[in-house]
Amino acid sequence: MANLEINFCGVKFGNPTVLASGVLGVTAASLRNVVRNGAGGVTTKSIWLTEHPGHKNPTMFGTEHYFMNAVGLSDAGFEKAETETFPEYMKKKPAPIIANIVAYKLAEFGVLAEKIDKLNPDIIEVNISCPNVEDEFGKPFACSVVDAAGVTKVVRAMTKKPLIVKLSPNVSNIGEIAKACASEGADGFCAINTVGPGLAIDIDLRMPILANKVGGVSGPAIKPIAVKCVHDVYKATGLPIIGTGGVTTGRDAIEIMMAGARLVGMGTMVYYREVSGFKKVVKEMNEWCEANGVKNIEEIIGCVKM
Amino acid sequence: MKNFDTRPLALEIKKIICENENTNTYVFEHNLKSKPGQFVMMWIPGVDEKPFSIAYDDGKQFWLTVCKVGPATAELFKLKEGAKVGIRGPFGKGFAFKKGEKLALVGGGYGVAPMYCVAHKAISKGCKVDFILGARNKDLLLYTQKISGLHGINLHISTDDGSQGFKGFTTQVLENLIAGGAKFDHIFACGPEKMEYFLGLIAEKNGIDCQLAVEKYMKCGFGVCGQCAVDGSGECVCKKGTVMNWKKLKTLSEFGKYHRDAQGKKHYF
Repeated sequence: MANLEINFCGVKFGNPTVLASGVLGVTAASLRNVVRNGAGGVTTKSIWLTEHPGHKNPTMFGTEHYFMNAVGLSDAGFEKAETETFPEYMKKKPAPIIANIVAYKLAEFGVLAEKIDKLNPDIIEVNISCPNVEDEFGKPFACSVVDAAGVTKVVRAMTKKPLIVKLSPNVSNIGEIAKACASEGADGFCAINTVGPGLAIDIDLRMPILANKVGGVSGPAIKPIAVKCVHDVYKATGLPIIGTGGVTTGRDAIEIMMAGARLVGMGTMVYYREVSGFKKVVKEMNEWCEANGVKNIEEIIGCVKM
Repeated sequence: MKNFDTRPLALEIKKIICENENTNTYVFEHNLKSKPGQFVMMWIPGVDEKPFSIAYDDGKQFWLTVCKVGPATAELFKLKEGAKVGIRGPFGKGFAFKKGEKLALVGGGYGVAPMYCVAHKAISKGCKVDFILGARNKDLLLYTQKISGLHGINLHISTDDGSQGFKGFTTQVLENLIAGGAKFDHIFACGPEKMEYFLGLIAEKNGIDCQLAVEKYMKCGFGVCGQCAVDGSGECVCKKGTVMNWKKLKTLSEFGKYHRDAQGKKHYF
């Protein structure tokens, strides 16, 4: 058995797999179920300061190669996180929890960060990269060096906890964005959020399938983009990264770690392999490590010869 | 390999059968390959997409019986025969039974539709079927004629106000049948969660297997969005159910008590 334990910003994860934000994770019970199924850690759905409705259905569908969604960040707001999700998850906490937060104004990010800090998550992840709410809020903060850095600064001022920024692949230079966040105090990154947005048309009805018309693209098809983005961010900053995007197997997980990821985020994997896929991916990582003489998984982080 | 394509299939509404003032049955010509108790997501283009249990599937056509309960179904009711909707599925697990078994089927309110689907299949497999059909009053009773038309079925009707059949609840009808010596291998039900909860207790008291179709708020239908994850196990009803065994359901802290909305907020029954 290889040692799959990972230290990420001082937080110990039993294995590198982490539930990505937006999949499952509506409730504490759901997060616990993901840990029971093998995840080394979990990320909440994006938490807003106040209730946010999200989009109408259809909000998601899959194909053999890719998956699309436009849930629109539905959430009951901070009050639910404070009164229900966190207290219930923290009772005999089964694995580290990452609180993903979202806002559409700088000031609101600050208010929310201060409140979330008090719930004692292991890590705070700032979502500035959702492509599914552009009609409501315009281009994501993650698409501008100035805005991405600005949000990081505001959140940093409110918390001493490990702070990571979830980046968008839909930019010309993700490394520059990451550097700007790092200069304002980001401790690490989650890369990437979904690609696009994309558009899928039902040709029989001659209209978009998703109610939001456009939606973020995830799943196996985006993995090469994710691996490249992770490598760019790793080269640009050297900071710890949760590599997320299209990872579905243990080999995929090894690959994104070789590009520079320290943890591996998975969301759409649940579609292809069910929630028990976490256990399967961890097992496959272990098998690869044993077959390749890797005793400690940390050895392979960023090891790709470019 | 498993089929990973969950894009909606555009299907024409071939026929609309008016069941009562607030309830229509939509007939589609398509081999859905569903099992009794499974559900589909029906997309009303430009409006919304909601889960519906399957009321009938003979391999050539399938039916969805829909009660007008909110804005999405109100828009659906404006559609005419020939209009197209999108169908995803079937999803979920159905009812499990074997040839020749003795079944008590309980349909409360619009929960009757999927139970008709079970009844039809069960009778073709030589099962002995007692069907308990309940509603608040006689105008809300659904499928009465369709059920009584099934060969060899015993139909028991109850209404809360006594306007037709037994005055009272389906649970009382079931208890009376058991007290009268009726033997069942399984109790299957679909209807209000409170009703299902009490049916579970009756089944347990009498040592009878009990499978219940559970309704929770759903978005994806395939275990990804997490909207229908239930407190207790944290598992998704769309994947683990919607038909679940009472032995499992009674361990879920929310069953019979509350459900969640599209934002994940609790609402007590």
